[in-house]
Amino acid sequence: MANVTKNRPLSPHLQVYKFIPTMAMSIMHRITGVALYVGTILVAAWLIAAASGEDYFNQVNDLFGSFLGQVILFGYTWALIHHLVGGLRHIMWDLGYGFEKEFSTMLAKANLVASIALTVLVWAVVLLVR
Amino acid sequence: MDMRTPLGKVRGLGSAKTGTDHFWKVRTTSVVLVPLMLFYIGFLVMYAGRPYAEVVDALANPFVATINALTVIASIVHMRLGMEEVIQDYIHSETAKLALLIVNASFSLLVGGLCLIAVLKIAFAG
Ligand code: HEM
Repeated sequence: MANVTKNRPLSPHLQVYKFIPTMAMSIMHRITGVALYVGTILVAAWLIAAASGEDYFNQVNDLFGSFLGQVILFGYTWALIHHLVGGLRHIMWDLGYGFEKEFSTMLAKANLVASIALTVLVWAVVLLVR
Repeated sequence: MDMRTPLGKVRGLGSAKTGTDHFWKVRTTSVVLVPLMLFYIGFLVMYAGRPYAEVVDALANPFVATINALTVIASIVHMRLGMEEVIQDYIHSETAKLALLIVNASFSLLVGGLCLIAVLKIAFAG
């Protein structure tokens, strides 16, 4: 049989596509997924410190409470919420709904707006209300 | 001699011989992760930055500990599979791909194990 793999058509590379909202959010879903993967280290550090005693816990809490720590945690919160909302769009598509062009473009934009708004809301509750 | 047509070969379990297993596990874990992550965000809102005694007390609650243990398991499975897909998409050299897949599996297991033991230790021993 002829070498099938060599003769297969290649999919065009990313840069030939026009940059559109659904594409941007697809890329963001992947970036936030990878960011959460790395961010799991933060969760692990917090849990392990809590399991290791008060001194360790206070050290980790101080790191998280520092300016840089807070910036990183804010980014982590946003990545989590963005990926969660994006995941809901994936579940919708996997169930067979929401493929109309205008609708999915609207949802892509809404994903970004919602994730930023919800992240700010979560931090407002933590910093102001609690 | 293999008499099957190219179509016959890819039917069923496909070239990776695991069929839709990978896809399906990413989806099922993502569905259970939605409520789990909402709980987790709520928990962080309530306890992030709180003193040691308060946090340990909350983590030791059997309900919270159970949810946390399940969250760790679902997240680790999901993130390992997700990262596998990313590696397979971008790393084309067979050796580097294999090495990274092993690093990914090891990292996921290690972090998952550490989190799980931490959750259980607090639940059982405070
Ligand atoms: C909040 C609940 C979550 C939902 C609903 C969700 C959903 C999804 C879905 C549907 C995919 C597949 C994307 C695709 O095929 O393009 C995915 C990929 C991924 N997720 Fe999640 N996820 C969640 C939480 C997490 C968490 C907590 C982590 C990390 C600790 C994570 C890490 C990843 C990674 C690394 C990928 C691979 C990225 C890619 O293939 O583009 N996810 N997620």
